Amino acid sequence: MNNAMNNAIVQVRGAVKTFAGVATAVDHVSLDIFEGEFFALLGPSGCGKTTFMRMLAGLEIPDRGEILIDGRDMTGVPPNRRPVNMVFQSYAVFPHMSVLANIAYGLKVTGVGAADIRRRVDEALQLVQLGGLEQRMPAQLSGGQLQRVALARALVKRPRVLLLDEPLSALDAKLREAMQLELVKLQHAVGITFIIVTHDQQEALSMADRIAVMEKGKVRQVAPPAELYEYPRSYFVADFIGKMNLFHGRASGDGAVAVEQLGEIKIPGNSSAGRVGIAVRPEKVKLFRDAPRPGFTAFKSTVDNIAYHGSESYVFATTESGAAIAATVQNESRDSKLPAVGDSIWCGWRAEDTLVLEE
Amino acid sequence: MRAPPQHRLRRLRRRPPPGPLDYGRHLWMRLTMLATFVFLYAPIITLVAFSFNDSRRNVVWRGFTVKYYLKAWHNDGLIEAFTNSLTIAVISTAVSTVIGAMVALQLWRFRFPFKGAYEGGMALPIVIPEICMGVAMLAFFSRTYWPTDLIWPFNLSAIIIAHISFSFPFVAVVVRARLASFNREFEEAAKDLGASEWRVLRDVLLPHMAPGLVAGALLAFTLSLDDFVITFFTSGPDTVTFPVKIYSMVRFSVTPEVNAASAVLIAITLALTATAMFLQNRAGQKMR
Repeated sequence: MNNAMNNAIVQVRGAVKTFAGVATAVDHVSLDIFEGEFFALLGPSGCGKTTFMRMLAGLEIPDRGEILIDGRDMTGVPPNRRPVNMVFQSYAVFPHMSVLANIAYGLKVTGVGAADIRRRVDEALQLVQLGGLEQRMPAQLSGGQLQRVALARALVKRPRVLLLDEPLSALDAKLREAMQLELVKLQHAVGITFIIVTHDQQEALSMADRIAVMEKGKVRQVAPPAELYEYPRSYFVADFIGKMNLFHGRASGDGAVAVEQLGEIKIPGNSSAGRVGIAVRPEKVKLFRDAPRPGFTAFKSTVDNIAYHGSESYVFATTESGAAIAATVQNESRDSKLPAVGDSIWCGWRAEDTLVLEE
Repeated sequence: MRAPPQHRLRRLRRRPPPGPLDYGRHLWMRLTMLATFVFLYAPIITLVAFSFNDSRRNVVWRGFTVKYYLKAWHNDGLIEAFTNSLTIAVISTAVSTVIGAMVALQLWRFRFPFKGAYEGGMALPIVIPEICMGVAMLAFFSRTYWPTDLIWPFNLSAIIIAHISFSFPFVAVVVRARLASFNREFEEAAKDLGASEWRVLRDVLLPHMAPGLVAGALLAFTLSLDDFVITFFTSGPDTVTFPVKIYSMVRFSVTPEVNAASAVLIAITLALTATAMFLQNRAGQKMR
């Protein structure tokens, strides 16, 4: 995090949006997004992330709450007067205009001079590497090129915030990965705040400086990617991000937790009490032939199944008490030894890798 | 590399059997098609052919002439009727295209109470029998003491109003169908880029509507040009349109003059349709 990020460019206070007959799409969301940040809104489909973004663009009016962009209250400000621009999921590149006309459109309607338009459009074309395609019609472009047009068209307006609605979902896997890298580079080059909506956690984790995980219209956690992955706060976030062994339990307040199907485990330094979720990442789970040394939370188990994934294998085991545990084993060398199905082993992890979650 | 001649011959002789969708290669299908074309176009071809027939009775072919075209051209009554028809068609097309487009936009864009009833009521002139429309119009214009003895072109006002009222629903239906394929994200993108509602309409919505507008206008034009029933009921005693005039001529005898006038009308309609299709095609090409 650098210093430029201390200025909140987008401030949302208690935003609520309900659609008639449908559940609340955005439910009392308060959020600060900082200047120069690459911010991701992540969540399953229908969680309200797109509605939230459309409220920033002015395409949806919040029922309650306020939105400040660049310190200015956006209530009653129509989309065409907001200092934000959006890259739409379908790109929405105007089919009856050339690439040039598409990119110039936003400048033309706001009365920028012809010479200025030409110069800024050229810059934008350079930025997204579309030089030479100015005269093409959208129907002659590939999906990746269309996306670049949509990007250039928004960036040429020099917005304070660029909104990207699932920008990579229509691209094939290879191109998607390349574009992820390119978007991050682009964001560094132009220094504009990027807010991206995605349901793809890999995308969010690899691109964003900070991620807001949304569920049922509520923001569940806002954190940098590593923090989100290693220290999820709630059961939902732990379950949603990456793979996870998840259990329910009851904490007694002195570091001991009675976990369903596992029995009592000790979590050093934990003082929570009441119902909690207990979780551990599969790659933190180690397999032992005999009971490991103290400091490990370990359970005698039987191997049920092994799934080979090339760089790693997943070992699925059941403890004597009947709990299912998954462990990731890196296939570090070609003759890596894996247990066989039916083998009796110990599954264990360092006690400090145990996560205690809000239910 | 060229295939040896024998090989090519064999390929020609042994064609593969027709596939499931090769309808054009079934004999019965070809016959049906032929019959369709004969029934559709034989009358029209006869009409045009006999407009060049050098005979007053117009029953047997007596030789080629264009004198009936000249005769039609010098028939002041016919020319007046033709001018009236074209004037009515142009004005009613222009007005009903604008009204139809606005109705389509309103129905597509907004939600309001009794929208379904409004939509049904708007489309009523499409389904109401023409004769009923004609009688209704007659009743309306006579009740309101609509003046019929004004100078040209104001003497056509009743007919123009009647034509607008039955052709704008067609425009509305065609344009509405076109609007259904509009991606709202285009509108949102234009707004997001700084366009006002008016610019959105001009720069994004109208270009998308254009093919529907052209098709709707063409429909309105031909509907107006060849309308007989409603025109017959709404025209004053001294106003004659082309179809009405032709009808009165035919009542005496079918002369090649009638054929000639009709052939000109067909030519105009074809030329207009071809122009519209050419324009649409060119626009489509640009978008490709």
